[in-house]
Amino acid sequence: MRTRPAIRFAPLALALAALVLAALVLAAPTARAADTPDPVADAKAFQKFYTQKFPKVKFEDFVNGPYSMNEDMHRQWEEKEQFPPYEFALEAGKEMFSKPFKNGKTYADCFPNGGIGIRQNYPYFDEKEGKVVTLELALNRCREANGEAPVSYVKDEMASLTAYMAFTSRGKPMDIKIPNDPRALQAYENGKRYFYTRRGQLNFSCATCHVQSPGERIRAEILAPALGILNAMPIYRSEWSGMGTTSRRFTTCNSQIRGVPLNPQDDEYRDLEYYLSYVSNGLPISGPGARP
Amino acid sequence: MASSIRVRATSTGDTTEVQALIQHPMDSGFVKDAKGEIIPPHFIQELTFEYDGKAVFVADWGGGISKDPYVKFAFKGGNKGDEIKIGWVDNKGTSDATTTKIQ
Amino acid sequence: MTIVTSEFSRTRRLMLKSAGVAALIGLGVIPLGVPQALAAANDKYPEDAFKQKNEADAIKALYGKTPEPSDKVKMDAPEIAENGAVVPISATTTLSDVTSISFLVTENPVTLVASYRIPAGTLPSVANRIKMAKTSNVTVVVEAGGKLYSAAKEIKVTVGGCGG
Repeated sequence: MRTRPAIRFAPLALALAALVLAALVLAAPTARAADTPDPVADAKAFQKFYTQKFPKVKFEDFVNGPYSMNEDMHRQWEEKEQFPPYEFALEAGKEMFSKPFKNGKTYADCFPNGGIGIRQNYPYFDEKEGKVVTLELALNRCREANGEAPVSYVKDEMASLTAYMAFTSRGKPMDIKIPNDPRALQAYENGKRYFYTRRGQLNFSCATCHVQSPGERIRAEILAPALGILNAMPIYRSEWSGMGTTSRRFTTCNSQIRGVPLNPQDDEYRDLEYYLSYVSNGLPISGPGARP
Repeated sequence: MASSIRVRATSTGDTTEVQALIQHPMDSGFVKDAKGEIIPPHFIQELTFEYDGKAVFVADWGGGISKDPYVKFAFKGGNKGDEIKIGWVDNKGTSDATTTKIQ
Repeated sequence: MTIVTSEFSRTRRLMLKSAGVAALIGLGVIPLGVPQALAAANDKYPEDAFKQKNEADAIKALYGKTPEPSDKVKMDAPEIAENGAVVPISATTTLSDVTSISFLVTENPVTLVASYRIPAGTLPSVANRIKMAKTSNVTVVVEAGGKLYSAAKEIKVTVGGCGG
């Protein structure tokens, strides 16, 4: 069989390609937008997706995760919120927060407004460092800057401290800012990409569960919507019989989809937190929270 | 507050509602730790609420009550400012007590 | 009118009480209410009932009688527990002269979970959070006017999902 040299078709193929390209460029404004990150449009689309999918859920209720998706669970949660299981961690957090370091300074010295009512501004993009700074990271940095050893990112003190700080911001709308800095935009995009990328043996992305299947069951558990999913952090999980932070949830979730978890506060996690928090802007801080 | 007991007592009309949350592991003795060894039973056995010198509610608990146990009940009587005494004893003989004022 | 005979001996567990008080004093806490509160309680801790694996045996050990189902005993419990470690359950009744309310979980290794003594003047209503090992019937037993009444509900407990 005689093979036709492809080169003969080159001019034709080229002309065709040029035509298609021209058509694309002219026809689809969205094609252009795909090249330039547009967080504002993203957040709008993200929120619209959920409010349309769950028209009966009040906007603020999305921060209650699986409880906003199921009546039976909502009642159990309401019952427990009368005297919530995170009460002890919250109290401990308040005490820890005001206890001075060995050098006499306190956490209040590291944060704007003494650390009170500021949780909704985290994470933020630090233009000097060129990276996203989360609340947990800021707390450990505060400790180290004052001669104290850092604490574990996943529970205990970190959970208690963030529980207290979240509590002082309860009701305030999430207010994440993306400065006019290409690095900030890149961090946001990195977080978004992480969110939608499949990983692990189960080959799930965050979106697989929290965008495709909120309100449905993964085996026995009801899945939370991604909208507002960090607003209740840190959380007391019945499953953990204790408190856990955003870091704890990110790492355990990676393990649960049979992937290798990253280290708490690795760049990907920081960026992920940045993206997830930003697209939930406007939703109230509800932390500390309780979850199954 | 050093006590393990958190309590809220509210008076509405002629009834006082009491809610308590207690910090306690409530280990049943049926759970194994990461090494596969049984975590010994350690749970509150008796929890008493006293008003005006009398017990108004007594809980007899086993290891089947959840960790950081919670209970809610109500009794007739009680005025704002009155005191309620709460005390518990666990299977190891440890105890704790506190008082609260009815709101 | 039925006369209720108490199955429990009225011996105070002095050793336990003084050990408890000693422990508190050791911690520097003055046990204000504890001795009086314990003395105010009429009955001993039902140790034997808390050893029973079988529901009927636990009820027998606790009350010495058997309950009859009654629609006057109401339970508020979930269909599916969000987590077997913390299942919020409450019970209430319209029966009068209630002296005791107990919760039993058939499939738990120790079936009796809690028994509440209701003195006169206290409402026959209680809310608590219990552990359930697996899907099981949960029974509420109410002692009223010397007789026993009960209600039961199945609560599903699942394992697996994001929880592992």
